[in-house]
Amino acid sequence: MTTSSETLEGMQALEYTPRRERGLVRDALRRLWGNRGAKVGLAIVLFFVIVGYVIAPLFFPYNPRTDRDLSGRLSPPTREHPFGTDELGRDILTRIAHGTRISFTVGLFAVLFASTVGTVLGLTSGYVGGSVETVVMRSMDVVLAFPALLLAIAIVAMRGPGLNNTMFALGITYIPIYARLARSSVMGIKELDYITAATAVGVPSRRILVRHVLPNSLSPLIVQFTLMIATAIIETAALGFLGLGAQPPSPEWGAMLSNGYKFLTVGAWWALMFPGLAIIFVVIGFNLVGDGLRDALDPRLRRVGG
Amino acid sequence: MTSYIIRRLLSLIPTLFGVSIIVFLFLRMIPGDPALALGGEHATEATVERIREEFGLNESLPRQYITYMGKILRGDLGRSILSKRPIADEIRVRFPATLELSVCALILALVVGLPAGIISATKRNTPIDNIAMVGSLLGISMPIFWLGLMLNWFFAVQLGWLPSVTRLDASIDLQRITNLIIVDSILTGNAEALLNGIKHLILPSIALSTISMAIIARMTRSAMLEVLGQDYIRTARAKGLIERVVTVRHALKNALLPVITVLGLQVGVLLSGAVLTETIFAWPGIGRWLYLSILSRDYPIVQGMALFITALFLVVNLLVDVSYALVDPRIRYE
Repeated sequence: MTTSSETLEGMQALEYTPRRERGLVRDALRRLWGNRGAKVGLAIVLFFVIVGYVIAPLFFPYNPRTDRDLSGRLSPPTREHPFGTDELGRDILTRIAHGTRISFTVGLFAVLFASTVGTVLGLTSGYVGGSVETVVMRSMDVVLAFPALLLAIAIVAMRGPGLNNTMFALGITYIPIYARLARSSVMGIKELDYITAATAVGVPSRRILVRHVLPNSLSPLIVQFTLMIATAIIETAALGFLGLGAQPPSPEWGAMLSNGYKFLTVGAWWALMFPGLAIIFVVIGFNLVGDGLRDALDPRLRRVGG
Repeated sequence: MTSYIIRRLLSLIPTLFGVSIIVFLFLRMIPGDPALALGGEHATEATVERIREEFGLNESLPRQYITYMGKILRGDLGRSILSKRPIADEIRVRFPATLELSVCALILALVVGLPAGIISATKRNTPIDNIAMVGSLLGISMPIFWLGLMLNWFFAVQLGWLPSVTRLDASIDLQRITNLIIVDSILTGNAEALLNGIKHLILPSIALSTISMAIIARMTRSAMLEVLGQDYIRTARAKGLIERVVTVRHALKNALLPVITVLGLQVGVLLSGAVLTETIFAWPGIGRWLYLSILSRDYPIVQGMALFITALFLVVNLLVDVSYALVDPRIRYE
């Protein structure tokens, strides 16, 4: 008796409780919020956004390009200059704060460029298949075969040093990663029944790609986006360090390192230590958010990956 | 298996041809005339013309390409425009330096990264796991040139424990056979050179190894976690095997495939890293040399090295595929 009433209740519950609409995005955000690492990462990224875009322009009304104080050159950290000063007497903390905007902008736009071009290439070639796919993916393999940093160096050498070319060069080297990722998502999706159904009722290919394939392959692309920004920030600094990225007066972190490097022999460790730590923290922030997103967007990986 | 390897090696040829065309065209899109650069500021028009003549720079592009490929097929990678030295000779001297550094870095990455990943996975969510994972997060988040500079400053400049630049002290005489310092000093029984060479290798290897180490640790951990949740692990435990045997014989063996894949991808990571590490430690390898050649538009070097690196990458990929079959008997190549 009890069993049958329980079953009945269960059935009623099934029938009458309206399904709560939560949607992929809210669900993922909820899981993301439950992830300690991701919260720390978000906090770090937000901290740098606030420092770079609000605090630095508002409260350090200091032009890192021209303000210099030659009497206070290479001063170690003091109360007035918590991170010390560089060889022109410029406050390193201020320069790092203003440099945040450069790293964020370059990272974001390089990855935006790569993800757009790469996703379009990967989605279309994966969906169309045939010789288009072979040509696109083989050329992606050729680009991938070459070490990313060396390729970026070559592109910057071709177009001249500077931040715009850094963005462009890094973007180019990341395209194949996106193309492969997008393609592998499509390969799994295009055989699914709902795509067959859409094709059968005569939905045009482009519409299928944009409305059905893209939204369903978005998760790995979003995860990659965040992780890629982390890589882009490191590589922007690497190019700056090699003298190919931002040029001297610019407070770009890599350029600051390459500058500080010259004064290490006279013991000015602070000129090297602090810009490096800034890079590490920002990159850790983006990596943590990326790892958290991966767990949040892919419950299967969450189960095994912990 | 042998026929598979041969087929794969043959399939490298068209890929390398493709790369050679792309690199060739790409380099000629770089603005700046190498003949002008070579002639120097005060070169007369006639001098520049003679240089163009000498290096075949005023021929049509397809002609230049055909001449170039013809030479390559005879094993001649051409000469540097600036130093005039044969590129093949330079590679023979410089590649071993990069190879020695990269192999040391990779060994270090494996020796630390693999156990760290295994321990992390078996002791999941314990302090050890947390430490290892924070460490590997730091590893992938740290610019290696910054780490290199800090190590160099602290251990070489401040403490003076280790040499800061080059592969060997200038005072040490070593007969070069393979140009791998460790191998050469063992072959010639030169203990002093061996010790000195190892000392020189420590700091750059550590700097270069961090990214790979972190990637290997993370990959091992997640592959191990996936395997450890499988039924056959439960069976192995249920039949009373000790945990160490379960971990190594049952779990690790099955978790190795993704780790090997990641290992193969380290070629690019290590070569990119070599550019920065070699710059900081004045290491006479191919990374820094290639970087400077790109900047000075020394076409023949960049061309030769691009082909060399691509070939290296493809061969490593092949080795990775072959080792899949060695690790996993289910994978067979016909």
